[in-house]
Amino acid sequence: MNETTNGMRPAVELAGVVKRFGDRSGTEVTAVDHVDLTITDGEFFSLLGPSGCGKTTTLRMVAGLELPTAGSIRIHGEEMGLRPPNKRPVNTVFQSYALFPHMTVAANVGFGLEMRKVPQSERRELVDWAIELVEMGSMAHRKPTQLSGGQQQRVALARALVNRPEVLLLDEPLGALDLKLRHQMQHELKNLQREVGITFVYVTHDQEEAVTMSDRIGVMHDGKLLQVDTPEAIYERPTTRFVADFIGQTNFLEATVAGADEVVLANGDRLRLASDHDAGSAVAVTVRPERLTVHRRGEAPTDRHTVDGRVETVTYLGNAVIYGIGVDWMHLEVRCPATLAGDRREVGDDITVSFEPEHAAVVTG
Amino acid sequence: MPVEAPPGDAPVGEMESEGASEVVTPGLERQAERAKARQGFLLGLPTIIYLFIFFIIPLGFVVAYSFATRTRSGRTELRDFNLDAYARLGDDIIMTVAWRSLWMSVVTTIICLILAYPLAYFISTRTPAVRNMMLVGVMIPFWSNFLIRTYAWRVLLDSDGLVTQAFEAIGLGDGRILFTSNAVILGLVYGYLPFMVLPLYAAIERIDWSLVEGARDLYASGWAAFRRVVWPLSRPGVIAGSMLVFVPSFGAYVTPAILGGNKEGLLGSYIVLQFLSARNGPVGSAVSVVVLAVMLISTLIYFRSGGKNL
Repeated sequence: MNETTNGMRPAVELAGVVKRFGDRSGTEVTAVDHVDLTITDGEFFSLLGPSGCGKTTTLRMVAGLELPTAGSIRIHGEEMGLRPPNKRPVNTVFQSYALFPHMTVAANVGFGLEMRKVPQSERRELVDWAIELVEMGSMAHRKPTQLSGGQQQRVALARALVNRPEVLLLDEPLGALDLKLRHQMQHELKNLQREVGITFVYVTHDQEEAVTMSDRIGVMHDGKLLQVDTPEAIYERPTTRFVADFIGQTNFLEATVAGADEVVLANGDRLRLASDHDAGSAVAVTVRPERLTVHRRGEAPTDRHTVDGRVETVTYLGNAVIYGIGVDWMHLEVRCPATLAGDRREVGDDITVSFEPEHAAVVTG
Repeated sequence: MPVEAPPGDAPVGEMESEGASEVVTPGLERQAERAKARQGFLLGLPTIIYLFIFFIIPLGFVVAYSFATRTRSGRTELRDFNLDAYARLGDDIIMTVAWRSLWMSVVTTIICLILAYPLAYFISTRTPAVRNMMLVGVMIPFWSNFLIRTYAWRVLLDSDGLVTQAFEAIGLGDGRILFTSNAVILGLVYGYLPFMVLPLYAAIERIDWSLVEGARDLYASGWAAFRRVVWPLSRPGVIAGSMLVFVPSFGAYVTPAILGGNKEGLLGSYIVLQFLSARNGPVGSAVSVVVLAVMLISTLIYFRSGGKNL
């Protein structure tokens, strides 16, 4: 289990982790289903998925706030087992911040150090450092209720970082902020992570957030970890229909695997595309709308793959135009940079859509 | 729209809806506020009249009596107002009874707190359905009369009572505690325990559980998380419950009268004694006034410290 993407030592390792919750009627819900995952030291790792996919439960198991039904969780090689949260070298930034309402900002930030019996002089120094780190110096003596959402968020961050945890766990920390503040905090979080060099495990349902901030992303769905890769690889080479659809807009072309490097589209067209699925298995070829190009019928370059169709809708977005293309066996969306009106296709035009084979990916599911 | 309604007869409800879109002058706004205040007063009036007749006026009598003169025959006459009754408050007998009342109600409050806190904590961490069932359980004693329940204790604690016999059976010697201060404290704890449980439950139930998780995540042991997070956040409940137990215990009459016998009288019994047996209205009234003052001050302290933490 010590193998990682770039040979650095692993910060967090999950092996066969399962979490089942039983409700009172006796039915069991599998929140996390056999997750294997290795997070590298110093990495900004995001767990991405829709609500209820098990990402928060996974995070809580690393923190020790939930215990896994089965499987092993290691932090820097050490088995966590049944260890309570206070004996784990991680800290959490909670979605609700969980700031102690009866303590000042400084007391909140110093709480972890106090519990670990750090001497008071040293504690004061570290608290000052952490509060300055998140630019909350002038608010040290306020109570959390006197702070705005963004400020509370910073305090929660300082309260966790001041302990210099081996891994920082963040559970949708920007979820309660408005859009503008979110963008600003995304930026700051990323910088902060570089500055302190701590491994961040970041849970979010916002694909844009995950793509902007992360070194690597793990996409979860229905308790399963579907794909772990860099944001670019997740976007360009999704392996499942869910991942392709969840991260950005995409087109699916139903297809069947014909061989190791060939698939047959539903209309009979053959496409050179490598996949490791058995011949005959039903798959889909996914191509992003911006990877498709629209040509006048018959004018497409021959080295690209082409599909003939007819323009059904044209949506002008200012910086781009979205064409809805009807092909006899499916519907495609194409996103083109906006050009002058003379060069634009109109509804009813017969056209040819083309794409580079390397911009397509074979997905299952 | 008729904005220029003459002062005094502006119909209440209409003011707001019209004012919202039309010009509102400061005079009209004040007028509307006054009308609203008058409406509130009218709604409260029946209760205000009731409290005035049956609470304020009798209280006035008590205060007046405490300064009145007691004739040789034991009648109280409202003349020659003096402080004689208050001068007697330092008497040994009154001081003894007062101290006994004080420590008994303090002990009662502490025992109630120790018993009620874990229970309230347990209830508030159950699922809502179980929670409601347990709360109903806590309130079941209220379904029967307090006096009857206290008499039931007298039966249980008597020489041939169930509790006494059980004590003797397991070898605790003479188990009869009836007519001792222990019996009184037992009765008070029994009677007032629900008043401690309910506010504690309300306070603990309101605590955001993620704060405890936050504390545990920040290296706090279970005990440290309780001491540093749950306990301080439940303090409004602790204070409210303590007041609700302490105040009635301090002035308790029925429980000590039934379970304490003659020897362990508390202030409540002493006051009754002054009025009915000793026929000394002024002293009885003076003691009442002082007890009321103590309770009032305790309540004020409660509101002050409670207000700071809520």
